[in-house]
Amino acid sequence: MENAITTFRQLYFACKASNKKIYEAALDYEVSKGEYSEDDVRVQAKKSLDTMKEAIKIGLQSSEPSPSGMSGDDCNKLQLRFKNSPSVLGSTAEKIMTYALATSEQNLRMGTIAACPTAGSCGIVPAVLIAYAEDNNIEECGQINALITAGEVGRLVSNKMALAGAVGGCQAECGVAAAMASAALTQMRGGSVKQIINAVALALKNILGLTCDPVCGLVEIPCVKRNPFLAIHAVTASELAMADIISKIPIDEVIDAMEQTGKLMSPLLKESSQGGLAKTKTAIALEKNILK
Amino acid sequence: MRQSSIIDIISPIMAGPSSSHTAGAVRLGLLARNVYNAKPDKITFKLYNSYALTGKGHGTDKGLLAGILGFSVDDVRIKHVFETEKAKNLNYEFEFLEDFNRHPNAVDFIFEGGLNMTVSGDSIGAGEIVLTKINNFSVNLDGKYNTLLVVYEDVPGVISAVTRIIQEDSVNIASLHCDRSGKGKDASMCICLDGELSQHCLNAVSELKNMYIVRYIKKLES
Repeated sequence: MENAITTFRQLYFACKASNKKIYEAALDYEVSKGEYSEDDVRVQAKKSLDTMKEAIKIGLQSSEPSPSGMSGDDCNKLQLRFKNSPSVLGSTAEKIMTYALATSEQNLRMGTIAACPTAGSCGIVPAVLIAYAEDNNIEECGQINALITAGEVGRLVSNKMALAGAVGGCQAECGVAAAMASAALTQMRGGSVKQIINAVALALKNILGLTCDPVCGLVEIPCVKRNPFLAIHAVTASELAMADIISKIPIDEVIDAMEQTGKLMSPLLKESSQGGLAKTKTAIALEKNILK
Repeated sequence: MRQSSIIDIISPIMAGPSSSHTAGAVRLGLLARNVYNAKPDKITFKLYNSYALTGKGHGTDKGLLAGILGFSVDDVRIKHVFETEKAKNLNYEFEFLEDFNRHPNAVDFIFEGGLNMTVSGDSIGAGEIVLTKINNFSVNLDGKYNTLLVVYEDVPGVISAVTRIIQEDSVNIASLHCDRSGKGKDASMCICLDGELSQHCLNAVSELKNMYIVRYIKKLES
């Protein structure tokens, strides 16, 4: 296809040539492929955004345990803590951490979530995007543009490797979610195309090698708590990028490295629950209790 | 290969907790339901490998059943599907098996009733699915296209007769997958389409000689 956008380099030049934002160039390209209209993408983004907000709202109020009984009360605990002792990172960071836990715990309860990009990593993008938007009065249209920016980041990574723990480890799930969140945040803060792309590169570079070793094979340990961790990781990437700190390794090469790392990663550490945390003494004991 | 879109990345909206083990299971059920296209007397779900091992914790059993009942991936009833009226009116059972020749997330739907049919599929990640077998025919159905499935006697001219009828509807063929059990025996065709087939066209295909099964399988909405 003419003027295809399959790499970040192509995206950068598409933006530069027509002086467009990432979400604008992304929408143009999406429309040019002929399968969806701009409206289709915006309508889905709004639906996903509404779902994210609803999941956060319900998740913040619930402490219902997950079907396995292993989790479900952590968001509650964190909210109580922040009520009495503010986070050293400030109130938006408190929101980001609690929103990420709220969404992930809702996911475990079979609640309705938007997989973004996957269900196991569903807390990261909403936490960063919605907490920042609330605290900085970003209107819905701006939130949708930020989510489309995040979606474009995920799309370009997925052109190189499948966004599945079984293929690339957790770097391909929570790692990519963090990169998407950093792009959304940098977009909302008025970052340039270059700054957004650097935020993505910095976020991805610093999760390379993250394995997927879920205990009992469930999207639960360590997945739920990994969501608030990587949400804050996304903020760090955005802060560095907004300071014009550049990833010395360009983003497309970082993604190549990520793909190679995924291939080199032992299958025992890629969603098979045959190694790592999943084969610890405690995990094996939990497995005996839960899967019977 | 089809490139993913932004829409794929920021969706689906789904009942948690796993895109492959929950949403994928619902989608497999929905597509198998479209293939069988009748109310069975009984359905047996055979879950393999990871689906068997971690399926209960991920609600894979609930997802498969919900799909068979026609619930979409974001239906809030999935969590309590066993208690729904629709489920209570269906005779079903689950088997949990190990077979390392199969995909880690594989399932067989065994329909019994007016027509007996076995539909097999895999959940291949991020909610994407593929039906791989219907009875003993290999197929390749991912729910992304309206698809005409035809099982017929392996005699010369059937492919051209069927595609000519599709041409009359001016519908473009996106892909065509054929298989047969042996020369002159049963054969199958999966024809993925860019548009909608008319009832007139479906009737014309059904009226061709040597047809055993003709199914128009609508693409999945979510």
